[in-house]
This record gives sequence, C-alpha cells and structure tokens, in this order.
Amino acid sequence: MIKSSRSIAISRRNVLFVGGVTLSGAAVALLAGRPALAAKHAGGQSAQKDASVINTALALEYEGINAYTLGAQSNLLEKPVLAIAVKFQDDHKVHRDRLLAVLQTLGATPVKEKSLAEYAEELEVNKLKTQADVLNFAAGLERGAVNAYLGIIPSFADHALAKLAGQLASDETVHFAILNQALGRPLPPAMSFGV
Amino acid sequence: MRRDRFAVGGFCITAVAITTALGAQREGDPQRGKALYDSRCTACHSLDHSRIGPAHRGVFGRHVARVAGFDYSPGLKHSNVVWNARSLDRWLTDPEKFIPGQKMGYSVPEAQDRVDIIAFLASPEAR
Repeated sequence: MIKSSRSIAISRRNVLFVGGVTLSGAAVALLAGRPALAAKHAGGQSAQKDASVINTALALEYEGINAYTLGAQSNLLEKPVLAIAVKFQDDHKVHRDRLLAVLQTLGATPVKEKSLAEYAEELEVNKLKTQADVLNFAAGLERGAVNAYLGIIPSFADHALAKLAGQLASDETVHFAILNQALGRPLPPAMSFGV
Repeated sequence: MRRDRFAVGGFCITAVAITTALGAQREGDPQRGKALYDSRCTACHSLDHSRIGPAHRGVFGRHVARVAGFDYSPGLKHSNVVWNARSLDRWLTDPEKFIPGQKMGYSVPEAQDRVDIIAFLASPEAR
C-alpha cells in the first residue's frame, strides 16, 4: 500500500512537472480574481479530473444548504440556534459560489442542485423530532463533510485546489465543533478527523 | 469467532478475505468496517438512499451502475465489473485507475481499512 501511494505521488509529480505550471497558473489566476486569465490556463485531463472532484464538493455543499433549510423549516429550532443554522447555511452558500466559480474557470458543467423534497427524502429528515435530533443530524453532515474534504485533498493535481478543499474542511470543522458543543458532547480527541 | 460467523454464509468468507498488493492475506472486520464507513463514506453515501453517490445496500455482488435512478458517470455505465472483494479493493485503492472516467475523488489508502469496509458492505447489515 505504501508502495502504491508512493507511486501515485510520483506519478502526480510527473503530471505536475509536465502541466503543473499551467494548472497552478489557472488556480492562482482564479484565486487572484482573474477568471479570464484562469480560463486561458485551464484544460487538460488533470483539470478535468479536478473539476470532477470539485463537482463532488459542490454536490456536498448543495446538500448542506438544503439540509439547513430543512432544519430551519422543521420548527424544532429555538431562535438562537436557528440564527446559528442560518449563519452556517450562509457559509455553505459562500462555498457553493466559490466552487461554481472554479468550475466555470475550468470549463466544466456544474452538477445540478436537487429539489428540497429530494434532499428531504434522501436525508430522512422525517425522522427529526427534536432540536437535539436536528443538531445531531447537522453535526453528522458537517463531520462527514470534513472527512470528505480531507479525503479528496490528495486527489487534486492542482495544489491550489487542494488548499481550497482544506479551507472548506476548516469551515466545516468549525461548524461541527459548535454543533458538538451545543449537543453538550466532549471535544473530539486529537487527530480524529479524516480517519 | 469471526470465521465461525462467516461460515454460516460461506460466500462471505471469500468476500472479506483479500490478498493485498503486498501479498498478505487479510480478513475483514465488519464492525470496524461499519465505523470506517460511517466516518468516511456517509458524507456522500448511505445504505438506503442515493445522495452524492449511489445507495450501497446490496452493493456486494451487484453489477456496477445498477442503482435505479442514479446518474452514473460514463465510465461506470460502460463497465462490466461486478462488485466483489477484489473489485471493491481495487476501486477503493484508486477509483480512477480501476475505472477511468468515474466521478469519485476519494480513495482508501490503507489495505486493512479497505478490507474492513468491504467486510461491512458484505455483511448482513448492508445487504
């Protein structure tokens, strides 16, 4: 397995050696607010693969946004908790917009957002009966998102996009920590994410 | 104990014993696999509902891309793979290398983790 990981890493370095300047240029241009320049640099198989992973992240953010809508609509949240949920949802909207911008730069078609009813069914929100249920549900999604973002970081050919995934993971970790605290649970042990 | 339990369904003994790339024969622990599944897979998957990824109940032994209503990648749609211990191990090791053109950007680098997750997917709880 170690051997396999190394060979993947070496292979990725080779890819970067061939096309890394181009891809990095795209990401740097994008992050610097120069999408036109970024678009000029985008392209190639690695960029397509990165776009595919970004689309997965976008699907996660859509789900998160809708999950908070469903939580808010449940009428199970007290006002202060609802305010926090709205704040977290706003964060997910910022994530969504950033990911959409990246996909546009890469020339990829963004995954479509599902209907609220579809998310409700998939997430089984009909099982939520108390505020604690909603908090636990949200904490589970946030923790899952942290682990997902940490897990996709090694997939990116473009390190700037890996950093973006790290930023997303950081925000989700904050969300999880606050939800965890609201549930009265102890702090998670060190190194408990991404494992 | 674990062998005895799986002896009830002999199919599962084969299912969760994998010869890894390093040549070691590993046996899966479905309980640990469930914990790993909950931690690593449930951001995108669940057993009973397709979400970002397809539903997993009954995946073990199933042909790829057979969950009704899920929008699979062209890579998976055109694959003839059946999900068994070996194919799932290769998939989780490096999805893109195994089935180019797929959409999953996540892998499970540790061999024992893969074997345990596969053991969970092959277990009665996930069938």
